[in-house]
Amino acid sequence: MAINIALDAPRSPSARTKRGVNWEKWGWIYMRVSGVALVALIFGHLFVNLFLGDGVSQIDFAFVAGKLSDPFWQWYDFFLLWLALIHGTNGMRTIINDYVATVSVRRILQSALLSSTVVLLVLGTLVIFTFDPCPAGADPELVASFCAETL
Amino acid sequence: MATATETPAEVGAIQEFTVTLIIRRFDPEKDAEPYWQDFDVQMYSTDRVLDALHKVKWDQDGTLSFRRSCAHGICGSDAMRINGRNRLACKTLIKDLDITKPIYIEAIKGLPLEKDLIVDMEPFFASYRQVQPFLQSSSKPEKERLQSVEERARFDDTTKCILCAACTSSCPVFWTDGQYFGPAAIVNAHRFIFDSRDDQAQVRLDILNDKEGVWRCRTTFNCSEACPRGIEVTKAIAEVKQAILRGTP
Repeated sequence: MAINIALDAPRSPSARTKRGVNWEKWGWIYMRVSGVALVALIFGHLFVNLFLGDGVSQIDFAFVAGKLSDPFWQWYDFFLLWLALIHGTNGMRTIINDYVATVSVRRILQSALLSSTVVLLVLGTLVIFTFDPCPAGADPELVASFCAETL
Repeated sequence: MATATETPAEVGAIQEFTVTLIIRRFDPEKDAEPYWQDFDVQMYSTDRVLDALHKVKWDQDGTLSFRRSCAHGICGSDAMRINGRNRLACKTLIKDLDITKPIYIEAIKGLPLEKDLIVDMEPFFASYRQVQPFLQSSSKPEKERLQSVEERARFDDTTKCILCAACTSSCPVFWTDGQYFGPAAIVNAHRFIFDSRDDQAQVRLDILNDKEGVWRCRTTFNCSEACPRGIEVTKAIAEVKQAILRGTP
């Protein structure tokens, strides 16, 4: 008698591979440390942008340009960008590891995740430190008040 | 057969009622896919889900397959998914479930289904063996190894494990990734890692500091909720994480 056995969600107890450096512990620590730092950074960001001064209505090109011309806010946004983006990327990596069983699909998704993160980090850092608050020929009405001297 | 279902019995009397069980059946020699089958059984308020399964197997359908040994919550054989929650059939009273609705019973998830309510436990026990769940001491004492009350209390909770797999098979990480050690293996590692008589805690911490080790735990607390022995499984896993971070138990 031909027996066709189809098991529900078969699971082979294949040997655990011990390849490469194990970063899981450091990933776990990073999530905790950056999580705590991000709570402070994000609420500080929201408080300054949305609450102090005129609140939401103050946000325009001049406001952002004014912040990004101050080294304090440059570094503030730098840490916000790097901590949050890597935190999110590591979370996405975890989800891919949890739910994608096929090795090739997992590789594709993880390399896409890694490359997009690198591109975003480089672009974001570039913007933070090379941002021109007073673009030449801009309408003086729209740019920060301190641009009047240079324009 | 008694039909005392409608008449309210006097206070303290044992009531009898009809319960519908919907059991997920699977026979690998006949079925391509598991399917649900329902049975009506007459039960008493003192009965357990295991008694209902016995009634089905003994009186209605002898092909129903499930594991049970002691039937008193110690052997850990009859963990199953009852109304969507991992429970021991021998510790779940019918009257504690909502009997106005059918009771759904299926095999625990995440392990290969063999027949009806029976799964292949080998991947589960393979993880268990990997954490070296036995006392390893470098000294050979002349008399018994002494331990203070406090030292014993340190790992008391995790000595209660009966290896029923209710925790591991309730873990969503284990469902999607069978390579994860799973809560039960970590609980049994915890039992020796924090035992003052054991000398090989570091070896177990290194084993669990693995890509498939404690760091896969997402603290969803499914394991703590599922444990029929009331072990604080998630807390035990967190303590192992802390011990790995410290580098010492």
